[in-house]
Amino acid sequence: MGKTIAEKIFAAHLLDEPFSGTRVLKLDVVLCHEITTPIAIDDLIERKKDRVFDPAKIKAVIDHVTPAKDSKTATQGKILRDWAHRHGIKDFFDIGANGVCHALFPEKGFIRPGNTVIMGDSHTCTHGAFGAFAAGVGTTDLEVGILKGVCAFREPKTIRFNINGQFPKGVYAKDLILAIIGKIGVNGATDRVIEFCGSTVDSLTMESRMTLCNMAVEAGGTSGICMPDITTVEYLWPFIASEFASKEAALAEYRKWSSDDDAVYDQVIEIDATALVPVSTFGYKPDQVKPAAEFNDTKVDQIYLGSCTNGRLEDLRIAAGILKGKKLAENVRGILSPATPKIYRDAMKEGLIDIFLDAGFCVTNSTCGACLGMSNGVLADGEVCASTTNRNFNGRMGKGGTVHLMSPATAAATAIEGKIADPRKYL
Amino acid sequence: MKTFGGPVLFLDRADINTDEIIPAKYLTEITKQDLKPYILEDLKLDGFDPKSEKTRKARVVVSRENFGCGSSREHAPWVFEVNDITAVVAESFARIFRQNMFNCGMAAIELSRSQMDVIFSYANNNDVTMSIDIQAQSLTISAKDRHDTFNFELSPFDKALVLAGGWVDYADTKY
Repeated sequence: MGKTIAEKIFAAHLLDEPFSGTRVLKLDVVLCHEITTPIAIDDLIERKKDRVFDPAKIKAVIDHVTPAKDSKTATQGKILRDWAHRHGIKDFFDIGANGVCHALFPEKGFIRPGNTVIMGDSHTCTHGAFGAFAAGVGTTDLEVGILKGVCAFREPKTIRFNINGQFPKGVYAKDLILAIIGKIGVNGATDRVIEFCGSTVDSLTMESRMTLCNMAVEAGGTSGICMPDITTVEYLWPFIASEFASKEAALAEYRKWSSDDDAVYDQVIEIDATALVPVSTFGYKPDQVKPAAEFNDTKVDQIYLGSCTNGRLEDLRIAAGILKGKKLAENVRGILSPATPKIYRDAMKEGLIDIFLDAGFCVTNSTCGACLGMSNGVLADGEVCASTTNRNFNGRMGKGGTVHLMSPATAAATAIEGKIADPRKYL
Repeated sequence: MKTFGGPVLFLDRADINTDEIIPAKYLTEITKQDLKPYILEDLKLDGFDPKSEKTRKARVVVSRENFGCGSSREHAPWVFEVNDITAVVAESFARIFRQNMFNCGMAAIELSRSQMDVIFSYANNNDVTMSIDIQAQSLTISAKDRHDTFNFELSPFDKALVLAGGWVDYADTKY
């Protein structure tokens, strides 16, 4: 009987099975940010266990509220910073070099096929784009990960999506993942890994695969996962060139981390990518999805471009392509947060930042801030935001505010019209 | 070990997410105790008042499907803990919230839909309480003149975590 990629990764990292159905795995990478890690650090100190299992396997960033907005957030940053220095964690990214964790860490080449990855952040599933098992955890699991380099999981079951065909004009990875969540619901993949396969996924860039895997958790999934291929190797090549004689050799090695043809799945679901259309969420759950064209006169107050879902260079190019020479609609505010300093710089070199500034956008530094209503673009009561982020929960971007999730293209079209708009007429 | 039980808070809605349980703007608090006033502040549920006596007196929360979905924040179990709510009984849980509860030595207990319907039939009774026996994997809901008892499943690992009072010492001793 064949195995899924998740089963292969579990088997290769299995340390213990203390009880039937519980697998304790060795971790390759433990990622940390300043919101969920400081309490783990303080607890380790209180327990007189202020140790780390391997400073080279721990990566940390201040990204949720940066620059610090008040004494409390400054203290959270300080706890993380002091801890990283105290334990010789070299891969610590502070102000000036920091960006949204799930965009920054892949950009640094930290995640490799076959890895096990945890972080005290639900969108850790993003890193499954590299053929890794990557799961968000709470502070206690993070604390044990930091201390011992292990984490306990239930046996992985997998839902496989076979997605085939070319995206029609105006459809992107965000539309696909929203359609998938709309289809299976916000708990459709609870305790499941979601495998994204098929010709559509094969043709996607790593950035788009990260967008797909990023929102696996919005369907309850433990990790999203894509099979490593030549696109994965090309993306990682600057970091792995010294490890392999050739890209073909790297591909041969990484291909080990693929599901077998006769692997057993919990469910297999077919998606025809050619039938997809640009969509947006409505309501307060990410599975409330309908075509952007069906929103009648849904006015917005703010556009937000950024986040671990859609704040990468590819996303900025798509939005800028639509916004070029155009202005934000009257009484609509636009905020762009390129997800990392490198993305910011590359966008500047390509002239994209000029396009956003000319359109009337405010360009902020790289931060999670507004996505979860912490800083840099929080909504007022009753306000509506068209956003490229990942959660439309009640109050998510500010108490009493409403969030509509959509692709960068749909957000750009919405920016021009001031109401939720189908981007296809601008392409 | 901790005792589980006491007055019940009925939250009759599916997909209650962690942003509703504790909004992100309070994640800048460094101590668990500081979270206390903000419990369920953004919960979207008709007639629910996070500041009510019912909320304040509650020791057990009961809810529907996919409770605790969304963010990984352990602040959600913590805000319950500092308000002396140490068990949630629901039809199902989001994975991270469920594990966070057990990792903290608290209980996230699943019952079937029909069992939850019986539990929710108590919602309009006065002075509803629940007692939960982790060792026996059984719970009883009671009001004046009525009571119902259900057995529940608990993975041996999660049971061990609750009985041990959490995951950190367990893991540090063993691995």
